[in-house]
Amino acid sequence: MNSIISGKAWKFGDNISTDHITPGRYFHLRSNLEELAKHVLEDADPSFSSKVKAGDIIVAGRNFGLGSSREHAPRVIKIAGVSCIVAKSFARIFYRNSFNIGLPLLVSNTEEIDEGDNLKIDLEEGKIEDETKGKILTFSPLSPFMRKLIEDGGIEEHVKKHGDFKIK
Amino acid sequence: MGKTISEKIISEHVGRDVRPGEFVVARVDVVMAQDGTGPLSVQELKKMDMERVFDKRNSILFIDHASPSPRKELSNAQKLLREFSKKTGAFLSDVGEGVCHQRLVEDWVNPGNLVVGADSHTCTSGALGAFSTGMGSTDIALAFALGKVWLKVPETYKFIVKGKLPDGVYSKDIILHIIGKIGADGATYKAMEFEGDVIENLSMSSRFTITNMAVEAGGKTGLIGTDGITKSYLKKRGRGNKFREIKSDSDANFEKLFEIEANKLEPLVSFPHTVDNVKGISNIEDVKIDQVFIGTCTNGRLEDLRIAASILKDKKRHPDTRLIVVPASREVFLDALREGLIEIFLQAGAAVESPGCGPCVGIHKGVLADGEIVLSTQNRNFEGRMGNPEGFIYLSSPATAAASAIEGKIADPRRYLK
Ligand code: SF4
Repeated sequence: MNSIISGKAWKFGDNISTDHITPGRYFHLRSNLEELAKHVLEDADPSFSSKVKAGDIIVAGRNFGLGSSREHAPRVIKIAGVSCIVAKSFARIFYRNSFNIGLPLLVSNTEEIDEGDNLKIDLEEGKIEDETKGKILTFSPLSPFMRKLIEDGGIEEHVKKHGDFKIK
Repeated sequence: MGKTISEKIISEHVGRDVRPGEFVVARVDVVMAQDGTGPLSVQELKKMDMERVFDKRNSILFIDHASPSPRKELSNAQKLLREFSKKTGAFLSDVGEGVCHQRLVEDWVNPGNLVVGADSHTCTSGALGAFSTGMGSTDIALAFALGKVWLKVPETYKFIVKGKLPDGVYSKDIILHIIGKIGADGATYKAMEFEGDVIENLSMSSRFTITNMAVEAGGKTGLIGTDGITKSYLKKRGRGNKFREIKSDSDANFEKLFEIEANKLEPLVSFPHTVDNVKGISNIEDVKIDQVFIGTCTNGRLEDLRIAASILKDKKRHPDTRLIVVPASREVFLDALREGLIEIFLQAGAAVESPGCGPCVGIHKGVLADGEIVLSTQNRNFEGRMGNPEGFIYLSSPATAAASAIEGKIADPRRYLK
């Protein structure tokens, strides 16, 4: 896969929950992810789904994705076109769900990134370049297994390719 | 060096000694999904042409979240689960049987098990000395078919709860206190082990309330070592022969240790919109409540209903406060019926709904109006959680909830203790 990701930053705060991303009142749309994606992050920013463009990057504070185990949350973020999420930290289930579906999450200090900044991320080099500000940030290196999940395009492709989970 | 409970159980399921931080592939004993997450698991299995389960009785689909179904899209999703169960032999726990986590501890989970579920509160079962954790639909789809999962072995935080719980203070208050102290991400990725004389003296029901909420501090699982109370619980459930002793070794490595003095605790309430926004009842003034909800996998068991009923007996709910009671399972409902608790709730003016998640997840049975306030015994209070982002969710023990239903505002349950 391409290890360079570039896109525009959309900024969110701390503790964005899976209820913000995929509100319970749209429970009935869970079997219709394209429809559900029209409401992505609605309870954090009602106009997000109409603004986000393919390739854009979500930039957030602490504990992004806390709450329920619903994999629908990272899935609709991916369907909406988001290529990567950078945050100070992530909730555990959201973290594994995202890698399982091939959406990379990066842990970095996001303090200095502002909404609208153009970011260029090099997964290989471990760097986030804020092109708008002319600054370079680093992110905590991905474990080899998480890298493999992203390279393979998610856990399903991974299992298809290797016939099993291939940790080593 | 010794091992923690998590390290022991995962080692057994990997077939070699594992250490925190390692990525491993582990065999699983029990796998489940519910009607919110299961349809996606089934769709993925269809897509991968892997519609099968590794073990029929221990691959379970629970229809509990939208139960009975309030709309056709959900009915169709549930139909998918019923068809999958027919086709593969996976166990189906259908409408009216109860919340997944309660059903799991009633009839499935044993000490030493490795349990995975497509629901974040799967950590509940950890009170039985099982490593039990929530995952996503695709993880669970693969676990259904292959009987294994990939895992990162977690480090463990130990919470020692010492002293004696004051009257009117319950296990819900202990866990709210802990989350308030360490924060909603205070234990992210970590296994949380609970011990100490207070935990040793708690019933299984009260222990489940604590492990249920481990995920609200970001924990991967909540764990309690097994003892005589675990043993008699399993015996009563017809699984006495499944008891085994499982505890952390005395020389196991805990990343952090926390000590909690139970004597100093008072009834607590978590304020909107994060679970760690916890306040003591003595610092709370006049919060008017539009609705009280007693139920869920956190606090919808017989013990909880008994406590609530003891406060509501011969009393009426406040005329401006609706009261909704949902037993966590059919068995809880039946027991409560036989003990006369359901009659007490009805006499007090409650709406008693069929077993399941009830209004907890915001689909039906008690969605708030704009600006309304609910006091609930559930485990989380995020914006929009109960179906309306304009609503405000407060969390408490069943005792505080019952007292508040009477007064129409957040009330100290200690005034009602007999
Ligand atoms: S009762 Fe609430 S928290 Fe428990 S499983 Fe149901 S929706 Fe989830």
